[in-house]
Amino acid sequence: MNAIQIERLTKSFGKFRALNGLSLTVEAGTVFGFLGPNGAGKTTTLRILTGLAHADGGQAWVDGLEVGKSAEIPSRIGYLPEDPAFYAWMTGIEALDNLCQIHRIANPERKRRVSELLELAGLTEAGKRRVGGYSRGMKQRLGLAQALIHRPQVLLLDEPASALDPAGRKEVLSLIEGLRGQCTVFMSTHILADVERICDTVAIIDHGQLIINAQRDALITRYAIPTLALEVDGVDQLAGLAAEVRQMTWSKAVEDDGRRLTVTVNDLATAQRELLKLAVAAGLVVTHYEQVKPSLEDVFLRIVENGKEARPS
Amino acid sequence: MMTALTKEWLEQRRTHRLLIVSLVFLLFGLTSPLLAKFTPEMIKMIPGGEQISLIIPPPTVIDAVTQYLKNMTQFGMILAVLMGMGMVSQEKDKGTAAMVLAKPLSRTAFILAKPAALAITFLIGTALAAVAGYYYTLLLFETLPVGGWLALNGLLLVYFGVYAALAVLASTLNRSSLSSGLTAFGFVILLVLIEIIPAAKDLLTGGLLGWAGNLALGAGGEPAWGALAVCLGLIVAALTASVLIFRRQEI
Repeated sequence: MNAIQIERLTKSFGKFRALNGLSLTVEAGTVFGFLGPNGAGKTTTLRILTGLAHADGGQAWVDGLEVGKSAEIPSRIGYLPEDPAFYAWMTGIEALDNLCQIHRIANPERKRRVSELLELAGLTEAGKRRVGGYSRGMKQRLGLAQALIHRPQVLLLDEPASALDPAGRKEVLSLIEGLRGQCTVFMSTHILADVERICDTVAIIDHGQLIINAQRDALITRYAIPTLALEVDGVDQLAGLAAEVRQMTWSKAVEDDGRRLTVTVNDLATAQRELLKLAVAAGLVVTHYEQVKPSLEDVFLRIVENGKEARPS
Repeated sequence: MMTALTKEWLEQRRTHRLLIVSLVFLLFGLTSPLLAKFTPEMIKMIPGGEQISLIIPPPTVIDAVTQYLKNMTQFGMILAVLMGMGMVSQEKDKGTAAMVLAKPLSRTAFILAKPAALAITFLIGTALAAVAGYYYTLLLFETLPVGGWLALNGLLLVYFGVYAALAVLASTLNRSSLSSGLTAFGFVILLVLIEIIPAAKDLLTGGLLGWAGNLALGAGGEPAWGALAVCLGLIVAALTASVLIFRRQEI
């Protein structure tokens, strides 16, 4: 079953077309990474799914309910905006308690839930303090806690870790990862390392259109550019080896940073055999030799830069 | 609706709105009869004031009621507009509206809870002013009919309601505090301009306040049911428009 289904969604702001017929599906129970450059339409998509913005055209369903037609959706989703805002005069406890009341969670369950979530967000101590005095990272963690209040079926997160320090980011990502199988996580982000770490499925959009929607590993494999890297002891002789490699038919591009030679190849099998032979023949002492695994960032840049060329047929 | 109202009412207390309205209204409830009583004395104290005081008739209970009405309407209207004009726009601007409206809270409840909480604040403030004003009028002048005094204060609440509802509408129409403030004061100016027309005045807040004064003094005069109906209609229309507009808005 699909947790989210989007069909030909369009949305314009004046002359700017934020969504241009976006269609995608998100399988239930997955941690879904929603990627795209700035202005690609990620936040607009999330805001339409939450009902805060209205699409000009197309349809969307969340947990089987049609967006804009079902009043049931807010009870099924948890939403964390990019910049979560709370009433500054409320304490952390009051903020969560108020949102629990909106979800009609009665006491004593409400008290227990507030306490659980504050602990989860690492805000037990700060819970009695006014939110107006919280740092951006604390607000982001409180924002994630409020999104989980009613144990939603679908969690919509807009840049959930963007305001956090490395330690906070690690905690939040572990928390999101722990939700796999319990609910569907639809996470927009520009931090590709985060997606690479926790998302099992990835969609990349640009100019309001879907470019690709695939399993993370399949995507990396599909768009991988075969590359070999070689490090040697004799730094002086590396330039000579680089020049020699450039003459080879299996070599596509050679990068020499003085210590390391990175070779993009046409024929991986031949290159794997030949590169090492050339290095040994040149009398170099090879200290490190590997096939470079492309990162999601490489794939993302390649797909976005290639634009339409990379779109699925 | 109760959840939204609970939050709004807590906000009225936490952000000192209740305190401000209560103190301002209590101050004018206390000082209005005092000012009416001692204005001639104060005029005597300024240079050349002796001559002027001779032509001022001795103060009566009418002056006390008039002073009370004048002070309460002026400052009450300003407070109603100032407190109402940021209620929705600030929440849209700061993002707090998006946080709660992505949850199962209806937009109707979100809007209506705001004037409801403001109404409670003004009810408490007006009650304090009414008690203080009644007591000092009794001490300095004479006893006022209780029913009439209650009616005056009830009609004052309707008067505040008109401006608060227009301010909430202005706040719904805009996203920034500045633009909602300008729109709210635009509504006030428009209402003042309309009331320049004598026939319109009798059917708007002017008619309402004239009737309130007569009721408090136990004087006769025509009841201004038309003005009351128009003012209540304005409140309902402004709040209905706010709800309908807000339900279509993007947050």
